[in-house]
Amino acid sequence: MKNIITQLNPAFDHRNRLGIMSILVVNDWVEYNTLKELLNLTDGNLASHLKALESAAYITIQKRFVGRKPQTSYAATDAGKAAFKTHLDTLEAILRMAREGEDD
Amino acid sequence: MSETKQQLAALTEMRALMERSSRFLSLSGLSGVWAGLCALTGAAVVYLYLGMRPLSSAPISYYEQAVRTLRWGMSYKTFFLVTALAVLVLALAGGLFFTNRKARRQGHKTWDASSRRMLIAMAVPLFTGGIFSLALLHWDLPALVAPATLVFYGLALVNASKFTLHDVEYLGLSEIALGLAGMFFLGFGLELWAAGFGILHIAYGSWMYMKYER
Repeated sequence: MKNIITQLNPAFDHRNRLGIMSILVVNDWVEYNTLKELLNLTDGNLASHLKALESAAYITIQKRFVGRKPQTSYAATDAGKAAFKTHLDTLEAILRMAREGEDD
Repeated sequence: MSETKQQLAALTEMRALMERSSRFLSLSGLSGVWAGLCALTGAAVVYLYLGMRPLSSAPISYYEQAVRTLRWGMSYKTFFLVTALAVLVLALAGGLFFTNRKARRQGHKTWDASSRRMLIAMAVPLFTGGIFSLALLHWDLPALVAPATLVFYGLALVNASKFTLHDVEYLGLSEIALGLAGMFFLGFGLELWAAGFGILHIAYGSWMYMKYER
C-alpha cells in the first residue's frame, strides 16, 4: 500500500490540478474563462495551478486575439494525458486495495 | 480509511467535471414536451387546411389533396412553409425558455462552449434537410417532404447527442425510423410526422424531465 502511494504523481497533488486535467483531457482547447467558471476558482488560484502544470509540460498554452481582446486557451499535451491516465490507474489500484482490505 | 474516501470524492468530482465541460447538460425535458405540443398543433392546422382527418380512409392521400387545395388565400406550398416556420419558431422560443430556466437553476450558463458545440452539431444536418425539403417542394414532390424532415431531424439529434444528454440519441434514432417508414408508406406521412415531432417529443421530454429534473 505504502509503495503504491509513492507512485501518485506529485504534479497532480491537488484537487484543482486534477480538475484542470479532467477538463482538458476530454476537450481540445479550453479558454481560461471557461476553466475559471467550471472550477469556480479565483484568478490567482487558477493561474498558479496552470503554471505548475505548464512547467511540468503537461499542458500547453495558446494566446490569440479575438477582436481586440486577448484570449488564452489551454490543452493537455500527450505527456500530460499519459501522466493523468497513470495517475488515475494508480488511484484506482489504491481504492481496489482498500476495498479488498475492508473485505478481509 | 478517510484517505480512501477523499480519493473517491476526488474521482467523483473529476467525472462530473469531464461530463459538464464536454456535454451540455442543461437541456430541459420540458423543451421537448413544448416542441411536441407545437408540432401537434401544427399538424392539426394542416388537417384543417386540407379538410381531412388523420387515419381516414379518404379515397385520395393528403399530398394529392394538398395540390388541389387553395384555402385561406394560400396555395399549399405557401401554407406548408408558413406553418412549418411558425411551428419551428414557437418550438425554439419555448425550448429556449425551459432550457434557460433549467440552466439558471443549476447555476450554469445556457450559452457556453458545450451548448455552442451541440448547436453546431445539429445545424449541419438540419440546414441540409431544410434545403432538401425546399427542393422537394420546388419540384412538386410534397409526398416526400414529411418523411424527409423526420430523417434529417433524426440525424441532427444523433449528431448532437454526442454533446448533450445521451437520451437524445434514442430520440434521434426513433425519428429516423419513423421517417424511413414514411418513405415507403407515403399515405401515412402526416400521421408519422405528427407521431415523430409531436408524440415522440412529448414522450421523451416527459421521460427526461422525470429522470433529471425531479
